[in-house]
Amino acid sequence: MKLQPNENQVKERITGKEAIIKCLLAEGVDTLYGYPGGAIMPVYDELYKYKNQLNHILTRHEQGATHAAQGYARVSGRVGVAIATSGPGATNLITGIADAQIDSTPLVCITGQVASHLLGSDAFQETDIIGISTPVTKWNYQITHASEIPEVMAKAFYIAKSGRPGPVLIDITKDAQFEEFDFSYNKCTGIRSYKPIPVVNKEKLAEAAELINNAKKPMIVWGQGVILGKAEEEFKAVVEKTGIPAAWTILGVSAIPTDHPLNVGMVGMHGNYAPNMLTNECDVFIAIGMRFDDRVTGDLNTYVKQAKVIHFEIDPSEVNKNVNADVAVLGNSKETLAAILPLLKENKHESWHQQFKDFYKTEFDRIITHDIHPTKEGLTMGEVIEGINQETKGDAVIVSDVGQHQMVTCRYAKFNKTQSNITSGGLGTMGFALPAAIGAKMGAPEREVIAIIGDGGYQMTIQELGTIFQTKVPVKIVVLNNDFLGMVRQWQQLFFDKRYASTEMVNPDFVAIARGYSIESQQVTKRENLAGAIKTMIACEGPYFLEVKVEKEDNVFPMVPSGASVSDIRLE
Amino acid sequence: MSEEKTYTVSIYTENNIGLLNRISAIFQRRHINIESLNTSISEIEGVSRFTLVLSLTEERIKKIIGQLEKQVEVIKAFYHTDEQTIFLESCLFKIKSSLLFEEPQIQNIIKESSTRIVTVNKEFFVLEKSGRRSEIELLYRELSAFGIMQFVRSGRIAVTKDEMKISAMLAEFRE
Repeated sequence: MKLQPNENQVKERITGKEAIIKCLLAEGVDTLYGYPGGAIMPVYDELYKYKNQLNHILTRHEQGATHAAQGYARVSGRVGVAIATSGPGATNLITGIADAQIDSTPLVCITGQVASHLLGSDAFQETDIIGISTPVTKWNYQITHASEIPEVMAKAFYIAKSGRPGPVLIDITKDAQFEEFDFSYNKCTGIRSYKPIPVVNKEKLAEAAELINNAKKPMIVWGQGVILGKAEEEFKAVVEKTGIPAAWTILGVSAIPTDHPLNVGMVGMHGNYAPNMLTNECDVFIAIGMRFDDRVTGDLNTYVKQAKVIHFEIDPSEVNKNVNADVAVLGNSKETLAAILPLLKENKHESWHQQFKDFYKTEFDRIITHDIHPTKEGLTMGEVIEGINQETKGDAVIVSDVGQHQMVTCRYAKFNKTQSNITSGGLGTMGFALPAAIGAKMGAPEREVIAIIGDGGYQMTIQELGTIFQTKVPVKIVVLNNDFLGMVRQWQQLFFDKRYASTEMVNPDFVAIARGYSIESQQVTKRENLAGAIKTMIACEGPYFLEVKVEKEDNVFPMVPSGASVSDIRLE
Repeated sequence: MSEEKTYTVSIYTENNIGLLNRISAIFQRRHINIESLNTSISEIEGVSRFTLVLSLTEERIKKIIGQLEKQVEVIKAFYHTDEQTIFLESCLFKIKSSLLFEEPQIQNIIKESSTRIVTVNKEFFVLEKSGRRSEIELLYRELSAFGIMQFVRSGRIAVTKDEMKISAMLAEFRE
């Protein structure tokens, strides 16, 4: 591996536990999320000494620590750090790590481990976290000697944030934490077996430009790769110059503003009608920093078969994985989009845009207007999101959980700024939003952060209210309560003859629970109280909890049924 | 594209604990049976070499190569057909020594199959044979008629007819 040369390096004799802290500081870490326990206690002892330089947030469960670190990373583009003890502490991190792996979120997770002489002896709180975390980490490593700490920590941060980002887990035995050694730190700048960013191929760029310039009905679908590559400006320039309709995946949204005239909405299972229908009518399909998840593509045998496919991608293993690319442009999106821009011709594609507008009108008349301006008595999730839009004007960071409310949030939330939609996309982790919102608020303290959560997911990590209580982090929590696991119930209604197996929830008094944590709160059951409640929530300087009782059995439409073609999208 | 074939996969890696686990997880997740697996040092100092045999379509093997190369500590992965490689397996047979004298046929089998006698003592003798799978299987059938005390066969090892473009890659990193 290549280390940044550090000329005037003085080695100092310190312990492994202190070295870990010094490595974190050298990497610019200011906040970390975790939970102490036996095998990590030496590091916590150092955290106590360094508490003026490192803000450790005690979450109420290790899963919350990883999600908070994810929220922090996703709004800030920095590496999120989580720390836990061995055994159950370490295994509790796994859900968040798996989530970060599939959603390409840079994390460094540090776990304590039993002393090295006890490894393999089934010691108290010993678990093979390296074995367990291998399939869900970008890289992992077990440190058994203090002298390994600087190099391994440098590699961990480098790997987590470079190329396609991802989670790294470093397991450190207790004896290595106590061991003394001569410490010095160099940042890692390269590893010989690891090529994070492919070299841009000019011929591929030219081929792609040729296809785009000659297209009559081109369409762009962008994903999180635009945000991770910090390529928002370059992306906007490409879209605006070519005039190509651009649709997004749920992790891509907010890379350009929601109300941008060339933004044609969301693709996928609960995406917009136009981009789903027209995926199967375009002649050139330009995928940018997205990975053709099955929730985006539906049935692959009938997906975008008529078009030439161009795939801009940083990870070579994503090319031709699910959808064959006629032209693959490998590289960092910032670099490839900047390089292709001068090769592209200006265009407007007016009649093609009209097709998108026509489909939008159908969707608006049949679905959107009823979702956001309902005339029926019960409250809809859509009108709550619309109410929040009215109040925030699209400037807030919206953190959603998983389920119906998530799809409604992604469909209707307005975003003006990038890195504003934080949600669990690939793994679909219920319980993500509450802790992720805590991390998001700490990663972007100047921004309003609103968590939108269902009554099911809320109760999966509800203990993180304790973290909010203790830290007073001013997150706003909106629970859209339909007393159901709504998305599963919707599937039961549509595909299992309404057999509502274990989806109805008997819920507690959420407002009373929030009050128990001294969080200001209220419940809304009537439309006339909604706007005022949202206003009160936003105006509140501290954390706030708002429960909205919504219609129990509303469904999210449009919907591409599982395994169907995207152009067989259902409006009801 | 859709026809299954035998491929030899050669993976050049850093020599780190846990990498075997990481590599095997790629196959386990996708229900891909590893027909044989061998690990050893390679022609490059400090670089390990995994040799795997898989029966897959070319389309599938390309995706697997992508997943392998994505691992931080994998330097490069290649796949080759049998025609593109020189390959063999090795095996050992442990057989009761008395049979060597009681069954003269065994001596003929040893001679005709160019099998090497590794050791002989009063109780048993050990035969070693390297070659194609079919040759080893034939020998196994012939010897099993007399009784085999122990048998073991190695994974496939293979070198490619074409150059492995890996040294240049590593040299590039050092620059």
